Amino acid sequence: MADFDIPELKEFPVVPHIQEGTMAHSKPFVSKEQFQEPLGFPGELVDNWQEVAYDKMEELTGKYRSLAVFLDSCVKCGACTDKCHYYLGTSDPKNMPVARQDLFRKVYRRRFTFAGKYFPKLVGAVDLTEDVLNDWYSYFHQCSQCRRCSVYCPYGIDTAEISMAAREVMDEIGVGQKYCNEIIAKVYKIGNNLGLPQPALADTLEGLEEDIEDDTGVTVRLPLDVKGADVLVVTPSADFFAEPHVDGLMGYAKVFHEAGISWTLSSHASEAANFGMFIGSYENMRKVSLRIREAALDLGVKRIIFGECGHAWRVAYSFLNTLAGPFDFLDPKYPVPMHIMEFTHDLIQRDALTLDKSANDDMVLTYHDSCNVARASRMGPKPGGQFVLPREVIKASCNHFYDMPQDTIHEATFCCGGGGGLLTDDLMELRVKGALPRMEALKHVVETHGVTHMAAICAICKSQFAKVLPYYGFQMDSIVSVHQLVSNAIVLGNKQ
Amino acid sequence: MSFLTIVYALLFYVATALLVVGLASKIRQYAKTPAPLKIPTTPAPVTRSGVVMRMFRELVFFESLFKSNKWIWIFGWMFHYGMFLVLARHLRYFTDPVWTWVDLIQPFGMYAAFAMSAGLLGLWARRILVDRVRYISALSDHLMLALLFAIAGTGLMMDYVVHTDIVAVKEFFRGLMYFSWKPIPEDPVLLVHLGLVALLMIIFPISKLLHAPGVFFSPTRNQVDNPREQRHLAPWAAELEKNRS
Ligand code: HEM
Ligand code: HEM
Ligand code: SF4
Ligand code: SF4
Repeated sequence: MADFDIPELKEFPVVPHIQEGTMAHSKPFVSKEQFQEPLGFPGELVDNWQEVAYDKMEELTGKYRSLAVFLDSCVKCGACTDKCHYYLGTSDPKNMPVARQDLFRKVYRRRFTFAGKYFPKLVGAVDLTEDVLNDWYSYFHQCSQCRRCSVYCPYGIDTAEISMAAREVMDEIGVGQKYCNEIIAKVYKIGNNLGLPQPALADTLEGLEEDIEDDTGVTVRLPLDVKGADVLVVTPSADFFAEPHVDGLMGYAKVFHEAGISWTLSSHASEAANFGMFIGSYENMRKVSLRIREAALDLGVKRIIFGECGHAWRVAYSFLNTLAGPFDFLDPKYPVPMHIMEFTHDLIQRDALTLDKSANDDMVLTYHDSCNVARASRMGPKPGGQFVLPREVIKASCNHFYDMPQDTIHEATFCCGGGGGLLTDDLMELRVKGALPRMEALKHVVETHGVTHMAAICAICKSQFAKVLPYYGFQMDSIVSVHQLVSNAIVLGNKQ
Repeated sequence: MSFLTIVYALLFYVATALLVVGLASKIRQYAKTPAPLKIPTTPAPVTRSGVVMRMFRELVFFESLFKSNKWIWIFGWMFHYGMFLVLARHLRYFTDPVWTWVDLIQPFGMYAAFAMSAGLLGLWARRILVDRVRYISALSDHLMLALLFAIAGTGLMMDYVVHTDIVAVKEFFRGLMYFSWKPIPEDPVLLVHLGLVALLMIIFPISKLLHAPGVFFSPTRNQVDNPREQRHLAPWAAELEKNRS
């Protein structure tokens, strides 16, 4: 099935011994000129790339306190060394969070610190040579920016911040990653990651309406570009056709139908994901975010609600107000933006939905906390609501639910292995190996509780698991959307 | 005035100046560099007072480290809090009359010195024995532990093996503080102890010891989780908004 060894699932997870260089060959395709230019990056490696890179590093350490503090503060205590799923899955020491940071830090030291300038050998400082750049390209594309390391570091050092900075420096010298940059260019041109234009989108939504009607006999609308709707829904474009995402989208539609609240999708902002974050580019992240503001203004909505998407929810929850706010033109009664889980959870609390749990009796469920929802956002008013709300919605929709082991859920959750701009076929080996810790946790509940399905609320997680589950002997359709469960359980027309 | 007294007096003036100026400029840099985005590691406190509690737990209990690795936690905690007590006990060389609380902790100082040394050895053992930690260690990481261990070792030697005239030590340092120099006791162990301490002070602002001020400025730990309620905008990011609809 694969031209690499698939890791073996162990009974009890073990921290592997280091094996140098096992993933040095892993590199995503390099971006081409036509994808670089729309983002404002040079099309190929610039002549004086070292100088340009140093200048960018200096600029970034002056713009981001996180970077300035993190680069100075690491004491090499080693607490993070066994926390990254990519290290656990590959044994490559450069996938230990601190070692990944050090690829950047050693250049920073050499260039910008007293110790590195005068005693480079002593502190392990080096110039940015071609070899170092190669390592950067390889290993900064082996970080899904999942922030697991930052939970466990005594100073909260977040390797994601360093990865983002490194990717931005590389973009600046003309060495971008094709997958991310091509997608961002598509958003600028068409409005979503998949390059789905308005007519195709309208067509798809119509088809989904027909499916729901065939299935339930009830007309449930999936409106597009409707001016004056109450709610603008922004969802990852995978929701428009990929399995199991699309079942989740139908779930949102049914929930809105039952709530009797008018809503609309927008063809201008038909993408929740914001790949600007993956490449660490504030400007691009901001440009993508502004499309949502424009759509909200244009359609005259009162609220913005995001669909099931992990990194998107981070940008939405934590950054949207900063990047594209203030949202004083929206209804101040509701947080901006809201997550669909907050919306559905609230309806369930108020007993405004009728859910027939037995509709999901063919499944025994567990729940995968998506990394960026868990460690970079919140739902509801209380800290940790991001763990509670999805589980309550799941439990309200099904009879059989079991959590995976404590050290693999909530804030300790493991990334699916495909986040942060790595969900591309040219990184398949990395994706499969990086999924190991989650697969071990899943195997555990499959064996102890007979779990058959795992629910998630992230487009990347869903696509990634659909692809890698079979490598570990699970069914590819054992990954489901949370709103797919709601969709199955919801009894339409009951509360009107 | 002996040659050694002059050398050590100047050494401590220079070391103190470098420590203070270096740290102040680093703290200034951290304080002035904006954090353009809200990036607290969640679940995070939603109020300022919650953040103060979170920082308190990090500083006093090393909360995150406790979650991640019990060995590093126990050794690290022994080392830091041992050192903290030792340093508090050292205040007796600089205060006259000695503050009451400094007097009261004197008896615990000895246990603290051993705890500190044991912690250092434990951390060092991990650095050598655990392949992952060995891989990330540069020469400087070993030397830093060696330096601290040597300081503690020479200190303990003065307690148990070759005593020094601590009244004279106190006079020397009080003399430095009030610019009326007094002679330093010329005991080799004391001179080594003090020389290493001066070295520690000098490298503090140019080494990983910057984690001490750094921890207070870490955005993943010190930010309030309220991005939806309150708009957070860095000055350089506000510039980008000038020509926006
Ligand atoms: C705000 C005060 C400080 C805090 C919260 C703090 C916290 C920590 C933590 C959590 C670690 C990692 C765990 C460990 O290895 O112990 C650490 C490591 C370390 N700290 Fe501190 N520290 C502080 C001040 C200092 C000071 C003043 C010094 C030195 C004079 C120091 C020296 C060290 C050294 C050398 C290490 C690395 C130990 C190793 O090699 O494993 N720290 N610190
Ligand atoms: C200018 C600063 C310092 C002076 C004047 C000084 C002086 C001394 C003296 C005279 C002793 C012997 C005490 C006795 O015989 O009762 C001692 C002990 C000791 N010193 Fe220092 N020292 C200084 C800084 C430090 C620092 C920064 C550290 C740790 C990082 C340290 C660690 C120790 C330890 C562990 C002992 C043994 C335990 C004790 O007596 O408290 N010293 N020091
Ligand atoms: S952010 Fe996640 S993927 Fe990146 S180094 Fe940390 S644990 Fe690994
Ligand atoms: S846990 Fe933090 S301080 Fe310790 S090695 Fe990792 S990044 Fe450095």
